[in-house]
Amino acid sequence: MNGRQIGDVILDLQNISLRFGGVKALTNISFDVREHEIRAIIGPNGAGKSSMLNVINGVYHPQEGRIAFHGEERRRMEPHMAAMQGISRTFQNIALFKGMTVLDNIMTGRITKMKANFIEQAFYFGRARREELEHRKKVEEVIDFLEIQHIRKTPVGRLPYGLQKRVELGRALAAEPTMLLLDEPMAGMNVEEKQDMCRFILDVNDQFGTTIVLIEHDMGVIMDISDRVVVLDYGKKIGDGTPDEVRNNEEVIRAYLGVGH
Amino acid sequence: MLYREAGQFKASYGADQQIFPIRQDRIGIMIVLAIAFIAVPMLASEYWLKGILIQFLVFSCAALGLNILTGYAGQLSLGSAAFMAVGAFASYNFMLRIDGMPLLVAFVLGGLAAAFVGILFGLPSLRIKGFYLAVATLAAQFFIVWLLTKVSWFSNDSSSGVITAQEMVIFGYKFVTPESKYLLVLSVVTALALMAKNMVRGSVGRAWMAVRDMDVAAEVIGIRIMHTKLLAFAVSSFYCGVAGALYAYAYLGTVEPEGFNLDLSFKILFMIIIGGVGSISGAFLGPPSSSCCRFSWM
Repeated sequence: MNGRQIGDVILDLQNISLRFGGVKALTNISFDVREHEIRAIIGPNGAGKSSMLNVINGVYHPQEGRIAFHGEERRRMEPHMAAMQGISRTFQNIALFKGMTVLDNIMTGRITKMKANFIEQAFYFGRARREELEHRKKVEEVIDFLEIQHIRKTPVGRLPYGLQKRVELGRALAAEPTMLLLDEPMAGMNVEEKQDMCRFILDVNDQFGTTIVLIEHDMGVIMDISDRVVVLDYGKKIGDGTPDEVRNNEEVIRAYLGVGH
Repeated sequence: MLYREAGQFKASYGADQQIFPIRQDRIGIMIVLAIAFIAVPMLASEYWLKGILIQFLVFSCAALGLNILTGYAGQLSLGSAAFMAVGAFASYNFMLRIDGMPLLVAFVLGGLAAAFVGILFGLPSLRIKGFYLAVATLAAQFFIVWLLTKVSWFSNDSSSGVITAQEMVIFGYKFVTPESKYLLVLSVVTALALMAKNMVRGSVGRAWMAVRDMDVAAEVIGIRIMHTKLLAFAVSSFYCGVAGALYAYAYLGTVEPEGFNLDLSFKILFMIIIGGVGSISGAFLGPPSSSCCRFSWM
């Protein structure tokens, strides 16, 4: 995987603070993400990792701090605007549309690219029909990439957990994002499923050049696939650097990795 | 299911995405439509046409509307009958007050009026869900019926609030016989059903189901929640509005606001529950089965 070239900073977070009433979820956090890199966020439970992702794609609005995406600073961003700008994500607890088939779930990922209005769709004519077929083709490419052809017409509620995670990744990929936020993509998976998921993440990064921000607890995975790592603890940043730097950081060892007794 | 699509291989996405991808479905629909359009008008008695089939089609249309809102977009509503009332009274007033208003245009305008009212009463759905939304739509039910009774302008100042639908004429042809009325209603409802089927399998339908199944995720992948929910209310109320106009013009002939009471809203809700929430065919299976239930109670 030497094809990719890590580029300039595309997401820059400066002094982000997020409070829920009296609870400080994030305090004064700054870090950046470079184009095409795999950036991991690690830390103990409740450290604010998911909140961090929610800040990036506009679900939460930090009280303080600045966020610049592609050099453009933003004040307040709604989730659908983040999606329009090319930020996709998956969730820690799978957030698929359970009543819909795999195909429909992934098709939904392309919704920001579909322009036909509901009247055109009611007649399934002209642009509506053309779009439906065009996007189906793109979605089939995602389905091929993730090797889930055999389940495309199955309602996702019926699938096992590991496959649901994969479908959720597919829905995020269908949007052809420039930045992909993955919230614990390998939680609860067995070794084989983890290996598959790692392979997909690396392939996405390598083939499509997608920048990836990833939360994960499996240190083996983090050390293997990420370029740089941010470590959070109690809403504060306690470490930032390459996997090796972070692994040898005293504070990170004390707070998260653990010391031998 | 009695059959599966095993062995029917599609060579193009166009073939796989067609409205009825399974051959048995296509044949089945053709047979049903042929019976409905050709055999029924020739064979059915006046009582069956006037008393049962037209009513069944009108309720199917309203059930289609409610199913779009409740079954697909996941927004519970108890105001369907009120939206029917808006459609009926709006069509009546368009016919009454505008000279030379074509009948079908009046139906569409009636539906659009209902859609507009539907959007207004759909606004609470942006903040509340489930039972609380159901109670908010109850407000629509009682307010609209009250308003139509109270303001006599809507019923052309008739003392009891009763309106008598004008004669149905399209291009000079008068729809007087039960057969002709039945065929008119059947055509309108068939067209609306096919349009509903197309919408729910397109990106609008996927957006509705996404909001129903997991609204946070829907927003994150770029669906505008407000727009999607209000569109569901608008389309749903349009269907109910057209159903109301057909109810007044093709089925009863004279209607009063009180006829569109909560009882009727409940009936439509039970129809979609019995027929199948979140399915277009459910809107057609529901009305007869719920009527059967009623007969068996008696």
